[in-house]
Amino acid sequence: MSQTEYQSISPADFFYRNREIAGFSNPSRATYTAVRELLENSMDACEAQRVPPDVYLRITEMGDDRDTETKFYKLRIEDNGTGVPSDHIPQTFCQVFYGSKYTLKQARGTFGLGGTMAVLYGQITTHKPVQVISSTGGEIHEFTMMIDIQNNRASILKHNIKQNPSKWRGTALELQMEGDYSRIMYRLIEYLKQTAMVNPYADITYVDPRGRLYKFERGTEKLPPLPESVKPHPHGVDVETVRRLIAETKTRNMKNFMMEHFQGVGSITSEKFLDLAGISGKVKPKTLSPEDIVKLVRATREYSGFKRPDSSCLSPIGEELLETGIRKELTLGENDYIKVVTRRPSTYLGFPFIVEAAVATGRTVRKTHGPGITIYRFANRIPLLFDESSGVVWKAANKNINWKTYKVESDTPLVIAVHVCSTKIPYKSVGKEYMADQPEVEREVTNAIREASRGVRRYFNRRYRIAREHRRLNIFSKYLPVIAEFSAKLAGKEVPDIEPLLRIVSTDIPEVEKKLEEVPEIVEDASE
Amino acid sequence: MSKTRRSEAERRREAMEQSLTGLGNLIYEQIANQEFPWIHMQSRSTDNIMYDPEERQYVLGPRMIRRHSRNIRHMRPFTQLIWTAWFAKELVRQRKTSTLREVYYSARGQRDIEYNNQQESDNIITDMEVALNRAREDFHIFPEERSAIFGDLTIEYTVPGYEGRRTNLTDHPDGVMIGPAVTSSEFVETSADKVLVIEKGAMFTRLVEERAHDKFNAILIHTAGQSPRATRGIINRLNHDHGLPVYIFTDGDPWGIHIAMVIISGSANAAHLRGLTTPDAEWIGVWGTDIIDYKLPTEPLSEFDHKRLHELKDDPRYTGGIWQRELDVFLELEQKAELEAFSRYGLTYIVDEYLPAKLGS
Repeated sequence: MSQTEYQSISPADFFYRNREIAGFSNPSRATYTAVRELLENSMDACEAQRVPPDVYLRITEMGDDRDTETKFYKLRIEDNGTGVPSDHIPQTFCQVFYGSKYTLKQARGTFGLGGTMAVLYGQITTHKPVQVISSTGGEIHEFTMMIDIQNNRASILKHNIKQNPSKWRGTALELQMEGDYSRIMYRLIEYLKQTAMVNPYADITYVDPRGRLYKFERGTEKLPPLPESVKPHPHGVDVETVRRLIAETKTRNMKNFMMEHFQGVGSITSEKFLDLAGISGKVKPKTLSPEDIVKLVRATREYSGFKRPDSSCLSPIGEELLETGIRKELTLGENDYIKVVTRRPSTYLGFPFIVEAAVATGRTVRKTHGPGITIYRFANRIPLLFDESSGVVWKAANKNINWKTYKVESDTPLVIAVHVCSTKIPYKSVGKEYMADQPEVEREVTNAIREASRGVRRYFNRRYRIAREHRRLNIFSKYLPVIAEFSAKLAGKEVPDIEPLLRIVSTDIPEVEKKLEEVPEIVEDASE
Repeated sequence: MSKTRRSEAERRREAMEQSLTGLGNLIYEQIANQEFPWIHMQSRSTDNIMYDPEERQYVLGPRMIRRHSRNIRHMRPFTQLIWTAWFAKELVRQRKTSTLREVYYSARGQRDIEYNNQQESDNIITDMEVALNRAREDFHIFPEERSAIFGDLTIEYTVPGYEGRRTNLTDHPDGVMIGPAVTSSEFVETSADKVLVIEKGAMFTRLVEERAHDKFNAILIHTAGQSPRATRGIINRLNHDHGLPVYIFTDGDPWGIHIAMVIISGSANAAHLRGLTTPDAEWIGVWGTDIIDYKLPTEPLSEFDHKRLHELKDDPRYTGGIWQRELDVFLELEQKAELEAFSRYGLTYIVDEYLPAKLGS
């Protein structure tokens, strides 16, 4: 009989053993995930600093004459973001679950995991340390570190401090890893392009292992508003959250506790809610029994009088910026049409979210994307590239919408881009590949696409009408001369002048154009 | 007689040219006045075609339509009409003739006329007939010829290169094809005292071989199925201008009966035209009663024959005379008989026995 051994492992150890759940399942996918995690951290850092991001990314193949597809690469990324304070650098890059994003506001990363995972993966495949150079504007700190996996902490090999006369601010990171660039090249470039699409204020430079330079230039200097940290909304809390709040609260009674720690709860709401929960407003929070806490959390689901969750913690891209980004990366021109809508905030399970949708069509779209629907998906400004047909956007576009309503035929070239931003994106997995079809999210995504598509329908209608008018004029200018010629031959006379007649028909056209402008917009029931 | 005749043909030609010039002038004046050109014509839609018992043929009703070049849908047919009118004028002026098919292909050579098929072109030519109230043969446009004429009739050609040349139609034992030259010729003289119209080429050849034209003192005409307009025009002239009675001899089935009826009373498609019908012509067989009287070999009526016989019974042209009686006989017998059925009594029976009996009665 064998004896069962019990042991505990560190979070770093856990992810070391289960790296596929964080997206490091094989060398090509690991290359993609590492770039993605590091790039997203850089973008977040720049936005926090309110500067348009300048990100430089380079992947170099290491001298290696092995003839396999799996090779060693050096990955370097530099940004002009906030920089990391020197005393946080070791934990930030070498400790799993350490970060600045565990607050209730929209951010790209949320787990405090991705950056460190890239470092961890590099270390276990190459046994090389990571180099981090960062400054918050003062001295420049250079760290050479490795992760102590068993203890989930940094082991610092070198730490140099340098002067910073040019006041450089930002972070540079360099690591080595095993990877497979050739298999992931297409996706990686597509990822960068789509990142540029929803971050039109970012400059991204990429030098790939073959030495090619990809430059995604910014189309604007404008940044969307920075999200704010907010208190939790009562609908979204669970027993553990309430327990923690009680443990640290300074309030003396439940009425004040509700008002102090939750958003949108005033004196009246607090009283009404506690009434429903069956808990007195005068009771001291710290005396609540575990049963009372469960009762309280249940009541949050039943009480309907709370305000909508505050959306100031969200940072939608905005119609103008999103249009700029898409026009820029899809090189849309005069012959293309794009309609972008930003929906009003909505919620699911107590989490606020905003859906933005863009629908584009036209000659360039046909040339670059071919006929039919092409979908781009974004969550908190991150492109989602995998498992398209499992995601909520695919379902909304292909199952929920009757495209005939919008004059879209099966061969109409159409690009649909959907951005969902939320404090908690309803991802299906830790790898952040696609969004689940949460009913509220699905409804909002569907309605956003519909709203934008109504613009497309107006565009098509208008185009059809103008085309018809031009065809009309063409018919006149084609046949009238023939009628004139042969009637003159019949009569034995000179050909009569048809210019006055053609003038009559061609002056009709501006009138028609004017009428088109006056056509009232068709307002549809949003529920359709 | 021939002198005045020739000037008659020339007069018709000049009148035609004037009519076409008139159309050109109308359009020209409208454009010169900065108007979108348009023309008036009788509607050819089915609800404007009615049977006129007085005229004993179909005629167009009073409803008029306007073909207006301001209307985008009329633009192309309007242009086609003017071009076709010009083409016809060139034909008339140069004393040339053409066929429906040739007109269609000539249009294909003209930019912006754009016919999709010959049917469209034929339709425009019919429009022109209605608009100018003339038959297309007057515009020197003919269908493909397939019918023929034989017998003692001397004609004088008016076509270029043959002006004044005469021929007797017995000169050609196969019969003379009824084409533009025969159609436009003057009928100088004939010793015949009747016209015998036959539906089928084989029977026509049989009658020529058996010298039926001598025996019955008749001009023989072969229609090759439903008779072309030019042939109907010639039958009309022989009857109307030369006073020859006309006898029609077809298969004993609904299709044969209707070939006879179209010669007698015309078709709905030609409701806008006069001078193509011969109301006094007689259908002499093969009747339903002949099947009984002559014990002819028969075939059963098909479902389609049946339906057609009932349609004919309801047709206003079939009121009175022998028509209803004979239609009923066919329906009672449930049988039909072809011209060739008489061959059971020998090849000459039809000339020796049947026709004398019929023409005698």
